[in-house]
Amino acid sequence: MKTKRILTAAIAGAAMALVLAGPASAAEPKQGGTLTFIYRIIGGHFNPAIASGTPTGIPGTQLFAALLRFDAQWNPQPYLAESWKIADDGLSVRVNLRKNAVFHDGHPITSEDVAFSIATYQKNHPFKPMYAPVTKVDTPDPHTAILRLSKPHPAILLAMSSQLGVVIPKHVYGKTDNIRKHPQNSQNIVGSGAFKLKEFKPGEHIILERFDKYFLKGRPYVDRIVYKKMAESTSRIIALEKGKADFTAFAADAQELTRYKKSKHLSLTPNGYSAIGPLNWLAFNTARKPFDDKRVRQAFAYALDKKFLLKVLYQGFAQRATGPIHPGSVFYSADVNHYNYDLDKAKALLDAAGYKPDAYGVRIKTTLDFIPGGALWKRWAELTKAQLKKAGIAVTIKASSDFRAWLKTVTSHNFDMTLDSVFNWGDPVIGVHRTYQSSNIRKGVPWHNTQQFRNDAIDAIMEKAGKELDLGKRKALYAEMQKMIVDEAPIAYINASPYHTVYNNERVGNPPINSIWGTSAPWDETYIKQ
Amino acid sequence: MRLFTIILQRLFYACALLLAVVVFSFVLLSLVPGDIAETIAGESGGASAEVMAEIRRSYGLDQPFYVQLLTYVGKVMQGDLGQSFYFNLPVADLILERVGPTLLLVVTALVLAILVGTLFGVIAAQKPNGMFSHFITILALVGFSAPVFWTAFLLIVLFVAMLEIMPLSGLVDPLTEKGTWLWYLDVAHHLFLPVLSLSTIYLAQYSRLARASMMDILGSDFIRTARAKGLGRRKVVYKHALRNAVIPVVTIAGLQFSHLFSGAVVIETVFTWPGLGTLAFESILRGDTPTIMGILFFSAMVVIVFNLLTDLAYRIIDPRIRMSRTA
Repeated sequence: MKTKRILTAAIAGAAMALVLAGPASAAEPKQGGTLTFIYRIIGGHFNPAIASGTPTGIPGTQLFAALLRFDAQWNPQPYLAESWKIADDGLSVRVNLRKNAVFHDGHPITSEDVAFSIATYQKNHPFKPMYAPVTKVDTPDPHTAILRLSKPHPAILLAMSSQLGVVIPKHVYGKTDNIRKHPQNSQNIVGSGAFKLKEFKPGEHIILERFDKYFLKGRPYVDRIVYKKMAESTSRIIALEKGKADFTAFAADAQELTRYKKSKHLSLTPNGYSAIGPLNWLAFNTARKPFDDKRVRQAFAYALDKKFLLKVLYQGFAQRATGPIHPGSVFYSADVNHYNYDLDKAKALLDAAGYKPDAYGVRIKTTLDFIPGGALWKRWAELTKAQLKKAGIAVTIKASSDFRAWLKTVTSHNFDMTLDSVFNWGDPVIGVHRTYQSSNIRKGVPWHNTQQFRNDAIDAIMEKAGKELDLGKRKALYAEMQKMIVDEAPIAYINASPYHTVYNNERVGNPPINSIWGTSAPWDETYIKQ
Repeated sequence: MRLFTIILQRLFYACALLLAVVVFSFVLLSLVPGDIAETIAGESGGASAEVMAEIRRSYGLDQPFYVQLLTYVGKVMQGDLGQSFYFNLPVADLILERVGPTLLLVVTALVLAILVGTLFGVIAAQKPNGMFSHFITILALVGFSAPVFWTAFLLIVLFVAMLEIMPLSGLVDPLTEKGTWLWYLDVAHHLFLPVLSLSTIYLAQYSRLARASMMDILGSDFIRTARAKGLGRRKVVYKHALRNAVIPVVTIAGLQFSHLFSGAVVIETVFTWPGLGTLAFESILRGDTPTIMGILFFSAMVVIVFNLLTDLAYRIIDPRIRMSRTA
């Protein structure tokens, strides 16, 4: 709503300026210039069809165009697809492609490429549920693709956007049997997007250049994007403060953000992260004692002072999370038990579950794992330990040697509790179901149902919601699902990760923040002011 | 003829040692929990079981351990260090690309430290209780005990944030055209802060070493003789004394060459310097086994080759070693 208002104001402002100053006004996007983006990591390749994650997704969505894009209100918008229609029975999706779209090597983008891209996603992309119901893709003519589905699958529209649904050239990648090892995933990329790859230095930088034959006339506005790796937060702060870089994304450290806030020429916004939907939480291994008892899990949730955690860990930058769906999602419902901090309730629940205090006041002894490699998680673990102690829960913190060691511990279900960060990935079918479906209890797979949570009613309602084509009904089903999951408390929800995009407001016009995908959407509307 | 057999013998040992390094590092790395499939899943924010199995299959990680080991050793013997899982590029190319920047950084820092450090030491030694000497002592103490990343950040704050005369990170501005004289100038510009940060540690060592050694020499008989016969102060210090005083400096410098690469990891990270140190460090975090193996193999080879050369050089220079070891 707020964004809409700002947008309206901006348009009105632009119209006014146009009247007063003619086309050369400040609000008019300008052609040209170099946009410098800094990020803590740089990926190994930029083919979004075979990997997810921001190091691939941010440059990948500049190099490759998806079928659709989404605005900030979760409405699908035309992109490579001029128009689309889900059949009334929900069993097919007709996609009409733009006729002027070409790949960076001049080959026209056709329905054959769409069919090939979806097949590539199905075979290689980490997120199976996106395209799982697609049985085949018909290509009646070069500009029409018809996706045949085995069941209604409303998540398909989101799956066709951003890094989840880019179109890659069949004539380039079609000849190999192992696309994962294709050299053109990282060099000499033949993309379909607004920018083409000029240079990639592994571990250093990427240079992208404006693609002159981009299918949206007059765009993109900037001539060049320089994506630089900058691992140290101190370096990023100096670079942005001193105007040596134009913007960065996924900044979440409270101290770093506080610092940016002090500079007049820097703007920071949490907009543009609702599709990725990052949630931080405390997960319980529900197959283990004492977490096999719902009352114990609820007691833990009550014993955590979420407000205090948010204040200390994020200094006001983070939003509270109340359930399995990100607060920015169109399917989010706040009508759930918020487990407001209540020690008495926690103790009563533990009493009821039979965990009475011993001579030392200890009711339960348990362990806590956390993601290694950041001060935040360690501090969070320590605070959790201190808070649970008040309810008579003795926590031993377990530190993993590195990220993969932690992943191994969790995916082999060898933990009591763990702090974790999990993304929603837009549609609940893609990023939410996986955490609670009983069919997803499998060892060795990260960010699945590592909690080993089983609930038939919740399985059933997710199945139903995943197929529901009517948005209103679907929302209602997910609202019910959230209520049920939160009541079962396989996870104590703490906050949405406070990701922010930080940009130089004197230089950057229209930064990529006005969509649910933020920086993982094309930067074709962004321009340099000076 | 004897020398020839010794060379052959040494080469044989070197090859056996390299093979052992390859096998041992492979075995050790296989004990580390997690693999590239988990790294990809980790970066992607999750992955289905089928895709993870597919990734493992495509990298040959579903093969039994001994098959993986034999395949790898076989490839290395043919001079193929494999493909990086993460970058999907030949490991040899990745390493070769990174060796240059690391050598540039470390050698420049070392040379600077040796020259300036020795000079400081020599000046300080002439007045062991003078102001300059105390300054050197303090500088050495601070330089050596301050964590290198801290020194680096202080320099960044001073030169980049306050004075704004130095670039923040990287080897060169990405938009500078390669091969032009501007490019070289830009590299030198980018080199300044990393070199300064790194050389502070070395500088401390060398100035202390040179000072001590110089003081020792200046007190010896032949210096007194030189002075007695009426030679000027400069000639005594810089010709007679210095020559003898630098011997320990050269020895230490020689030894330091063996841990050239390890010393620069922190500096490379702080300045996003595209060197071998960051590559090794990040590859370990990513579980990019072929790259880690390649770097281990490469550094083992460097050490072995240098040792071999030193050994042979000793034999050629010093007849006593030649006689005693071959007899």
